[in-house]
Amino acid sequence: MTTRFSARRLAALVRKEGAQILRDPSTFLIAFVLPMILLFLFGYAVSLDTSRTRIGVVLQDSSAPALRLAQAYQTSRYFDVTMARTIPPMREAMVAGDLRAIIVIPQDFGEGVKRGRAPAIQIIADGSQPNTANFAAAYGEGVRASLAAAEGIERNPKAAAPPVSLSSRFWYNPELKSRYFLVPGSIANVMTMIGTLLTALVVAREWERGTMEAMMATPISIAEFIASKVIPYYLLALASMALCTVIGVFVFGVPFRGSVFALFIVGSAFLMPALGLGLFISSATKNQFVASQIALLSAFLPTFLLSGFIYEISSMPWPIQALTYLVPARYLIPCLESVFLAGDQWALLLPNIAIMLGFGLLFFLLSFRVTRRSLD
Amino acid sequence: METVARTSNLVKRFDALTALDGVSMVIAPGKVTGLVGPDGAGKTTLIRVLAGLMAPTSGEVEVLGAPAGKKLDDLGYMPQRFGLYEDLTVLENLTLYADVRGLPREEHDESFKRLLDFTDLARFQDRLAGKLSGGMKQKLGLACALVKTPMLLLLDEPGVGVDPISRRELWAMVGDLTEQGIGVLWSTAYLDEAEKCDSVYLLNEGKLLFDGPPAELTGKVADRVFRVTGFEDRRRHFLTRTLDRSEVIDGTIQGRSVRLLMAEGAPVPTPQSLDAESGAVEPAPPRFEDGFIERLGGGPKGTSPLAERYRTIPESEACAIEAKGLTKRFGDFVAASDMHFEIPRGQIFGLLGPNGAGKSTTFKMLCGLLTPTSGSGAVAGYDLRRARADARASLGYMAQKFSLYGDLSVRQNLDFFAGAYDLDRSVAKRAIEAMIEIFELGEKLDVNAGTLPLGFKQRLALACAVMHEPPVLFLDEPTSGVDPVTRREFWTHINGLVEKGVTVLVTTHFMDEAEYCDRVTLIYRAEQIATGTPDELKAQAGKLAGLDDPTMEDAFIALIEEFDRKRGEREAA
Repeated sequence: MTTRFSARRLAALVRKEGAQILRDPSTFLIAFVLPMILLFLFGYAVSLDTSRTRIGVVLQDSSAPALRLAQAYQTSRYFDVTMARTIPPMREAMVAGDLRAIIVIPQDFGEGVKRGRAPAIQIIADGSQPNTANFAAAYGEGVRASLAAAEGIERNPKAAAPPVSLSSRFWYNPELKSRYFLVPGSIANVMTMIGTLLTALVVAREWERGTMEAMMATPISIAEFIASKVIPYYLLALASMALCTVIGVFVFGVPFRGSVFALFIVGSAFLMPALGLGLFISSATKNQFVASQIALLSAFLPTFLLSGFIYEISSMPWPIQALTYLVPARYLIPCLESVFLAGDQWALLLPNIAIMLGFGLLFFLLSFRVTRRSLD
Repeated sequence: METVARTSNLVKRFDALTALDGVSMVIAPGKVTGLVGPDGAGKTTLIRVLAGLMAPTSGEVEVLGAPAGKKLDDLGYMPQRFGLYEDLTVLENLTLYADVRGLPREEHDESFKRLLDFTDLARFQDRLAGKLSGGMKQKLGLACALVKTPMLLLLDEPGVGVDPISRRELWAMVGDLTEQGIGVLWSTAYLDEAEKCDSVYLLNEGKLLFDGPPAELTGKVADRVFRVTGFEDRRRHFLTRTLDRSEVIDGTIQGRSVRLLMAEGAPVPTPQSLDAESGAVEPAPPRFEDGFIERLGGGPKGTSPLAERYRTIPESEACAIEAKGLTKRFGDFVAASDMHFEIPRGQIFGLLGPNGAGKSTTFKMLCGLLTPTSGSGAVAGYDLRRARADARASLGYMAQKFSLYGDLSVRQNLDFFAGAYDLDRSVAKRAIEAMIEIFELGEKLDVNAGTLPLGFKQRLALACAVMHEPPVLFLDEPTSGVDPVTRREFWTHINGLVEKGVTVLVTTHFMDEAEYCDRVTLIYRAEQIATGTPDELKAQAGKLAGLDDPTMEDAFIALIEEFDRKRGEREAA
């Protein structure tokens, strides 16, 4: 075995890998089309914000205050209102799933307002979707309360003026748009996919097609072979990240408050464990099917579920929280969120980068251990 | 003696399996050294040890004056699957191998030109390797192993699955290489290739059975090989009877005649001594295979216990298998065009042709696995278009490389197939017991089929194909790569079944298997280019090529060349 590193052999191998990437439509699909789908999915379709909820308003009273209340519901940006005079058609619509809640404005509503008494309304919510039900109930009540306040009734005589008034302000994402953190989050997913899934496939493919055997009978060294797999996919993943960033910023309007340099450093640091894990899986399994399954289970799903991308880590039960420390993407998500939403907070970035590089080193060492120049 | 590689007392074990058991060999420069043996003999393991890809368990290996794996610069290695990157072009593959083998840039052009001329691939240099035919891939694989002229060239079964024409061209190329002083190790399961080597190492189950020039082995059986003719219709019956005689150690059907190998010291046979009423006996040239068979202790006896128990298939007017203009197109691509043949009850019919010619497509249409684009066919009287399920139920199918469930034990495989054929419980029980007894599977019942030795796999596959006593048998390259004794055993069963009226369809690119057929059809480029008895085809080819005693392989090459020549004329006109 020739152990001397040869730049020429490495260049030849990298060129070969590059040509294969360019010619393989599935590589292109995973590196560019899939990220686009993911990004648009998170950017448009999946939104953790509450948008307009369909409710029914049953107006049993025709007094002016009752009409004003009904109008308040109709003009609310949270509701999409269907009006009716009686409950039964609404009930049917709710059973059919067309409505999430029914708000009944009773006959004596106008009468109650006239008498200066806080009139009650009835809110029937569809409990099969508890979040929406809670939301509809709370907002439904909120609309009524603000109307009642405007009408000058229901003032608590004991607390004429509240001693403390609370006004909330959200920093970095003042409108609390979930898109703002879903788009950076999906960059983590895309990089996991390219870094781990694609690389897991490539070495296994060489074993399956018998080219590994032919290569091992030439003077190439393991270091050259591994480097030839890492370099093209590293560049490919960075290109994909750049594309996602551009689309995130210009199409979805996600702010980009940090620097491109920080993004590059953070992305590169994350690619080390991602590529290392992919190579390790691939060299250990030597089989594309098994490699892709393991890559999915060990990299893609944890990145999706345990990185804090969708589910907040602090609200997980502690054993799961402990598990998240083993997921490299967990350290990437805060970095990306910082670069996009807050700016280059090196105090936050550096420790995370160090941990990611640590994971990367571990995986690369493992890959070197399992990739041997031998068929034994 | 000058050597490029040598091993001494080489042993390689994988867990319980001993792949190489004390092999000592010498590879000389400027010579073709043959590494010959059936599948599983240890050929690939030995080559991998020489290439430095596996470490031996014990023994010594020296390659180009150093331990294996140290002098990779001067080693050319072509693995079984050629080691080509299918999504790179011919030229890109060459460039990659030239770079990793350290051929200086300025020598690239010259080397590539030489190799592209040598392999006749210059026209295809921009084509993706995956889009090349099998023969062209093999030549490119060879070219990649030769980019930097090696001192030792290791070829792992370069002749497998390649059509005879490409195979012949490859031999010519290797001849050129040895003239330049390169030492070539050529591994093969085809025993006829052994005769072309300068010296041969014959491996069986990891053990060296013979080493030396091939003529030395054939010399040992010279004057003991005879051809018996004069009983066309009864040749299978005659062979069965003759093989049971003690003075005959091996016999095979060769078209119309029967070829016999006599025991050492046995008298020269005559029609009388063989109990033949008529016929003639003449001496025949010995072959490498005869020597191999003798080393293995002779072939099996002639009576097939399977055939003795098999039901007699009733006579019927209709042909057992019929193809009338079967055609299959995939889009623009014609995979099989206008196949016509009729196979009467109790005959063996062969579909012969190189890989990718359309054999398998035709075969699959007759099995009911593919719907013909046009044309019709019938199996055991059942129309393939209307009664596909009935047609399928009346055939037994044995696939290439034996489609057994490797993770199931022998008994579970038998149980499964009995169930798949929908045999009644009592019938199934009797059938399975009979199969276990006939094929001597008793001691292996609880072994997983995947870990069986090749010979046992073959027996189990045949058992699974015939346990429901079908009137028609379909065999897809049934004996490719198995040792000659196992192959004889197999054909003894098949010949016996045919005597009972079973009809057999064989697809093969293996000339040995073609000789067993009553009639063969040669398929090439999706067309039937010749049909007849093996002797008729040989005679036809003999006339075309001006050969005296052509082999089936000569016939194959001559007929294909004739077809290509005519096509060229048609296209020119």
